[in-house]
Amino acid sequence: MSADRTLAPFGRRRAVVVSERRVGAYSILELADRDGPAPQPGQFYMLAAGAGWGAGEDERPFLPRAFSAMGGAGGTLWFMLETVGPGTRRLATLRKGEAVWALGPLGRPFARPEDGRRALLCGGGIGLPPLVFLSGALRDAGLDAVLQLGFRDAAHAQVAAGFAGAQLATDDGSVGHHGLVTDLLAAELDADPHAVVYACGPPGMLEAVRRLCVARDVPGRLALEAGMACGYGACFGCVVPLAGGGYARVCVDGPVMEAAALAEIPAA
Amino acid sequence: MSPVAFCGLELAHPVLNGSGTFDAIAARRVFGDALLAAFPFSAFVSKTITLAPRDGNPPPRLWEAAAGMLNSIGLPNKGLQRYLAEDLPQLAQLPVPLVTNVMGANAAELCALVEACDARGEIAALELNVSCPNVATGLDLGADPASLAPVLREVRPLTRKPLIVKLTPNTADVARVAQAAEAEGADAVSLINTLRGMAAHPDGSGRPWLGGGRGGLSGPALRPVALAQVAAVAERVAIPIVGMGGIQTAAHARQFLAAGATLVAVGTESFRDPTVAGRLGLALADLAAQSGTAAP
Repeated sequence: MSADRTLAPFGRRRAVVVSERRVGAYSILELADRDGPAPQPGQFYMLAAGAGWGAGEDERPFLPRAFSAMGGAGGTLWFMLETVGPGTRRLATLRKGEAVWALGPLGRPFARPEDGRRALLCGGGIGLPPLVFLSGALRDAGLDAVLQLGFRDAAHAQVAAGFAGAQLATDDGSVGHHGLVTDLLAAELDADPHAVVYACGPPGMLEAVRRLCVARDVPGRLALEAGMACGYGACFGCVVPLAGGGYARVCVDGPVMEAAALAEIPAA
Repeated sequence: MSPVAFCGLELAHPVLNGSGTFDAIAARRVFGDALLAAFPFSAFVSKTITLAPRDGNPPPRLWEAAAGMLNSIGLPNKGLQRYLAEDLPQLAQLPVPLVTNVMGANAAELCALVEACDARGEIAALELNVSCPNVATGLDLGADPASLAPVLREVRPLTRKPLIVKLTPNTADVARVAQAAEAEGADAVSLINTLRGMAAHPDGSGRPWLGGGRGGLSGPALRPVALAQVAAVAERVAIPIVGMGGIQTAAHARQFLAAGATLVAVGTESFRDPTVAGRLGLALADLAAQSGTAAP
């Protein structure tokens, strides 16, 4: 792991679907990306189906969609999808052997833990991919990590069965802690504040994590999401407000940003 | 590959980027020096620079439309001084000429911008943004020949660098504005900028989705409008035209060239495919070579 980004080859390339398999409310998409470099945890890709991208619902999708890598090694990439609109709906219909346009890896990855701090990885729903990726990378580096994942309900939580040892929370109490994943995070910080927090999830959750980190003076690294057209700094669409005023582009200055650098994270 | 002559510049092919649709400095952070080795545009047009720094509009700034997108970016930029001090040395490393796009709220601001840019050898040409529909300033200037002419009269004598006027499509008669630009000494016109549009918030409240309220429509959805405006302008002016609006393929680019454009620019399609402009440039240059003439 390194704080420096892995550079993307200049240009989108054709990756091939190895498998797309349904796990509860999500799908796991596995792509063969033989020409691409391995991503670092926190980096993302812009994806679009190789055919049939456009002319769907409202003549969309038109732009590629940003997805955090859930893993990537040896020419294979993993992503987790939830069908929420025309882009994810199209990607969810991909079958083995079909082509996907991929641009990446993009953005700044997670920096590794400093000062012997314990890594607390806190993910909400569709925000779990970069944390699962990071958890594996930390383990490979011989570092301990606590993985905490929050979901809406049991159907969404089903994906967590693959991540042994994760602490779980659900909104409806069907699995694990009945409540917010940030409750679990606060408890871990109570137990040992010499920690560094890594988080990804919906804006409300990330804002709660940001406040927690700032209030307790714990370093926090938030992987942000924003609607973006390009993923490489061209469109200036994906901005997030900064603590010192002004905005940063999530695609090139993030997606991983230090909690202390951010202003209140706007609701989606 | 035969070079394309444009306002005294020799360009390797006829494809530029639309202003504000490619950030060469950010792209180099993402792609490294591979960007320079395969730079897609034959000249690089900067994002709009204003005298004072601007943060830009509050998010959300984007909305995907049918075959296109709306943006309400709000011209974020470092302001003239930091552009000259920080960005210009980096942009000078690009393998192509640099066109700096500037916007002022009035003639005095534009004059200050043009004078400062004129003094810098890294800048090959200037483009005046008189058309961006995202912010209040600059809106009316390019929509009305009577407003544009006196401003150009003040700005034109301040530089001998090629001066391109970027026209707004949000006007009743774009060709009249182009004629006014030509009459006041513009070396070229570029068009079209985005069409003013609005996206309704999906919550059904009737409020706009974009943080800036209205936005600008770009992408293939507006290509027929752009082609019509380029053709209309080409009928009325003799100065070169940079045609743009929804160009995705070499066939689209040839339609604009056939309608009277000397160069074309790619914008939104680069968001989907960052190397597309380079492929169009090669295709157009090859075509010119095969037909035994210089590229149009």
